[in-house]
Amino acid sequence: MELANIEQLIKKYENAETTLQEEQVLKDYFQHNNVPGHLIEYKAYFNYFTESSAERFTKTIPLKPRKMNWKWLSIAALVVVMVSIYSINQSRGLSEKDRLEAVNAYQETQKALQLISKNLNKGEHVAVAGLQEFGKAQHKIFKTTKK
Amino acid sequence: MRQKEFLHTVLPFKDKVFRLAKRLLVSTDEAEDATQELYLKLWKNKNKLKQYNNIEAFAMTMTKNYCLDQLKAKRSNNLKLVHSNYKDHTISLQRDIELKDSVRKVHELIERLPEKQKMIIQLRDVENYEYEEIGKILDLQPTAVRVALSRARKTIREQLIKQHNYGIS
Repeated sequence: MELANIEQLIKKYENAETTLQEEQVLKDYFQHNNVPGHLIEYKAYFNYFTESSAERFTKTIPLKPRKMNWKWLSIAALVVVMVSIYSINQSRGLSEKDRLEAVNAYQETQKALQLISKNLNKGEHVAVAGLQEFGKAQHKIFKTTKK
Repeated sequence: MRQKEFLHTVLPFKDKVFRLAKRLLVSTDEAEDATQELYLKLWKNKNKLKQYNNIEAFAMTMTKNYCLDQLKAKRSNNLKLVHSNYKDHTISLQRDIELKDSVRKVHELIERLPEKQKMIIQLRDVENYEYEEIGKILDLQPTAVRVALSRARKTIREQLIKQHNYGIS
């Protein structure tokens, strides 16, 4: 295409009077030809449009994501509930080893308490004997002072 | 409308939806999210789709509305869209001005346009829609589309020439 023609098309283009076909002519021209110096800005300009129309949407298009979300959410909730029930049951039921240990500890404690009470009883006897002695002495004193 | 039929009617323009969303929202991630969201909306309203004689134009209008809503929500939250397209000018000055650089420059110039002009440039120069179709999508008169388009094209050209001359001198 002649240069004069292109220049005319550009003028039309800037007034938004070109048809789509004419615009395609311009795009093709600036993509392939060696562009003269005074039109060099248009090369980048028209190539930009060709380039950006090649951009594609690459992600998938989900049509029912909400329903899927609920499904997965309920599964997750179920898993959480099951795990918590399992762990609660686990902590409530004692194992055989724990039980033996508890019985042992109970017996040891009983023994220790028995020992303490035995010694306490011994001490009580002594204290009561002391009290009787004290009572006798008091009796004597009061008898003597009444006279 | 069955899933197969639905996909057959709406999938052909998924790239156009994505590109328009990206033009408005700038970030690729957000544009992908918007596209997925939009297709979900279309699927939910699949029974009403047959009422529209031009489903593609309808979908593009929905895209436009959805993205503008997103932008409005962003702005009221005082969040600015961050885009990583800023480049280091010192480096590009040291190098010769390559074509790739100036292509990126075009992108930046379009980004600076008002939203309406941005959408019209996108729909016309990238997606090759007719003026009537653009008018339908954006709810504008075809003449208004032409005026805005001409203004946008001239603005970009002026800025390009300005930057080009600045680079030389």
